[in-house]
Amino acid sequence: MLDLRSQEWLEPFLLSVGALIVALLLFGAFMMLQGIPPLELYSALYIGSFGTRISIENSLTLAAPILLAALCTLIAARVGLLVMGGEGAIVLGGLGAVLVGVALPLSSPLLGSLLCLLAGALFGGLWIAMAGGLKRVRGVNETISTLLLNYIAIAILNHLISGPIRDFSQTLKAQSWSIPSYFMMPNIPGWSVHWGILIGILVCVLLHVLLRHTTFGFSMDVVGGNNRAAQMAGLPITSIVVISCFLGGAAAGLAGAIEVVAVHGAASESLVVGFGYTGILVAFLARQKPLAVIFFALLMGGIAASGGLLQRRFDVPYAATAVLQGMIFLCVLASSALSGRILPERKSK
Amino acid sequence: MTVLPPPTIELRNISKQFGTVRALDAVSARFQSGRVHALLGENGAGKSTLVKCLLGYYRADAGETIVDGRRVAISHPAEAHALGLGMVYQHFTLVPQMTVAENFVLGRGKIPLVVKWKDEQDQLRSFMAGMPFRLDPQRKVSTLAAGEKQKLEILKQLYLGRRFLVLDEPTSVLTPAEADEVLGEMRNLANASKLTVVLITHKFREVEQFAQDVTVLRGGKLAGSVDQKDASKETLATMMFGGGTAEKSRVAKPAAVADGVPYLKIHELIADGDRGTPVLNGVSIDVRPGEIVGVAGVSGNGQKELVEVLAGQRATTSGSILVDRQAFSGTRSEIKRAGVALISEEPLANSAVRTLSVMENLALRQFDEKPLSLAKFFLNRSRLAPFARDLIQRYKVRASSPFVRLDTLSGGNVQRVVLARELSRDVKLLIVQNPCFGLDASAATNIRQQIVDARDRGAAVLLVSEDLDEILEISDRILVLSEGTVSFETSRANAEVYEIGRHMAGAHAA
Repeated sequence: MLDLRSQEWLEPFLLSVGALIVALLLFGAFMMLQGIPPLELYSALYIGSFGTRISIENSLTLAAPILLAALCTLIAARVGLLVMGGEGAIVLGGLGAVLVGVALPLSSPLLGSLLCLLAGALFGGLWIAMAGGLKRVRGVNETISTLLLNYIAIAILNHLISGPIRDFSQTLKAQSWSIPSYFMMPNIPGWSVHWGILIGILVCVLLHVLLRHTTFGFSMDVVGGNNRAAQMAGLPITSIVVISCFLGGAAAGLAGAIEVVAVHGAASESLVVGFGYTGILVAFLARQKPLAVIFFALLMGGIAASGGLLQRRFDVPYAATAVLQGMIFLCVLASSALSGRILPERKSK
Repeated sequence: MTVLPPPTIELRNISKQFGTVRALDAVSARFQSGRVHALLGENGAGKSTLVKCLLGYYRADAGETIVDGRRVAISHPAEAHALGLGMVYQHFTLVPQMTVAENFVLGRGKIPLVVKWKDEQDQLRSFMAGMPFRLDPQRKVSTLAAGEKQKLEILKQLYLGRRFLVLDEPTSVLTPAEADEVLGEMRNLANASKLTVVLITHKFREVEQFAQDVTVLRGGKLAGSVDQKDASKETLATMMFGGGTAEKSRVAKPAAVADGVPYLKIHELIADGDRGTPVLNGVSIDVRPGEIVGVAGVSGNGQKELVEVLAGQRATTSGSILVDRQAFSGTRSEIKRAGVALISEEPLANSAVRTLSVMENLALRQFDEKPLSLAKFFLNRSRLAPFARDLIQRYKVRASSPFVRLDTLSGGNVQRVVLARELSRDVKLLIVQNPCFGLDASAATNIRQQIVDARDRGAAVLLVSEDLDEILEISDRILVLSEGTVSFETSRANAEVYEIGRHMAGAHAA
């Protein structure tokens, strides 16, 4: 007998993978119009993402922030909110890491890194929790508020790095003071990949446990599934929504902090490169399942990493991969229309 | 304007079955040309089903329709419209952002690519000139009062050439003054032989003042057809609610003792409805352990809101709710301490989660207690399925497995899932709202028996129901909720159906 639980998991997965394949075919057709043979394109995509050790390292490095940013949308979606604020939470997280890293009178590298990461998570968490609170208390639409909060976050960043915390010794680029170099996160031994991807995977696993195996996760599903049933069951909906938003924002904030602590060492425009938006895409692809996020984040990291190779080999703009991402997003949205139709119905008699 | 008199319509032995529920059982009625005919009955008596069969929204299983002496088969609303039959719904079907004129044109169905507004305006103006009441075509619908909107709905039907109009509880959204005006105009149109009117209602006052003929339905059957002049309130109430005193029920013995301190004490409760206006205007209800208090009333008089307040789904303006002598606001710890269970109407909308599995829905009350939870924080998923299988078996839920989504179950089985979840615990206060709505007779009997069983185990039961028979069958005390207050109270022994019916129909307001 086929276990029904595995079936429930199977259909969304098939839909997402199907959407990916359709998007890749469309992208191939699009590039063919530019005179690029599809087979060469696909092989370049593969080599640029997972074909060589260097490209794998690049993919993993890019997948880390995407993965954590995806959780921002994913966790909020579990309580029925459509949050688009990953980008802003990343920026706030990066700023938090810088502020704490610069201010800490500490010399322990490990403790310093950890505190920077925690500060980033806290900043990002509070940022999105704010939107959750507004939603519950004042009825403000969370999709719009988080989208607007992104612009506010970027404006705060620009203000701070062009004056109050600007490092004036850097003349080429406006960036903040740098955190002490001994707070910088090392690479995974033997790889030129920082620990971010492993932290991200760990967070996904923890989140899976939280959602599946705790009473809080169960409450989240009830709130997301039917608010009125949650009210009837006496669940504290406002706390559940605000805490969920905090956790989501914290994941994205952690992504920003990792970018600072492991890559840039300072806050700058480099935090605003669209990881937050790619994260939304990944959350949709994974259909709100944290473990599926790992797979799809790696895939999107790979696509982003192959951009450079496509640029060099076919003389197309780096943004070509953004075209592919957009096509994937459209295909995923369109595939939702097929939900519940591709596998035989499981009606009970 | 109209040369021919409006149609006379006769319905003969119309029957209609929905699943196992017999909604109409050989109902006949004759709607005379140029008269206002009231169709009276409780909720669920079959009034709406009857007119929907007539207008082609449903196809009757048996029976015939005769329009002006000619047998017709109406299988689609468009065919009814072609015969000049139209319906005005309880809820408005207007576009609020558009003007009166635009709504008229929109109602025509076929709209030309380019609307010649000048011609339309001229046509409308000449049409309005012939009407007893008129509206400014340039006004935006959103600026109209409820009574004016209702008039616009009626004008729209007349503009479309309808000469037989069914009004489905047209006054439920109007103030009494607006209701009188609208219904008075309808009567005038009928008197002028411009219109035949069927008025669906459950308000005696409207029947007395505006109707000429009355047909009463009860439980899907024809209870009687009389001339309004020959019908007293008593005869109408008897036809509508059944005769005499409360029937001694099949399932319920009256509670042995029910005195002492009320377990649920609602005091002077005031709360707003969805539209932000007060719907509960100072409700006070006491329920003691071991008794069923039935709250009767026509829907829309605050029953839904009362249950929502008790379920923690609606904020109150003032007043207090005490359960077991302590303030109750519906938090999880209060619910657990006081042993509150709630069976609401439409469980998929109000009390269950359609996207979760049957097993998760069954666990909704107890997921944070042993044995389903460890230390209140961890959820022991391996315990969920055995827990659910036990309940599925005991409450005879038809589900292929505990893992299937709740919304793959039929309505009756969803209701059983909720019953199992709510009644399998130690219940001290049970709140029940229209528990048998849409269920067949045997399922309904079963559910009522379980409610009585809960009472016999000592629970205080508040039964809010639009089905007066159900209330008479199992309640120990009966209250009538009308216009947001308790307008009448009687014990089961003294229950007079006529008195209850009179108060349900708003007697205290008259």
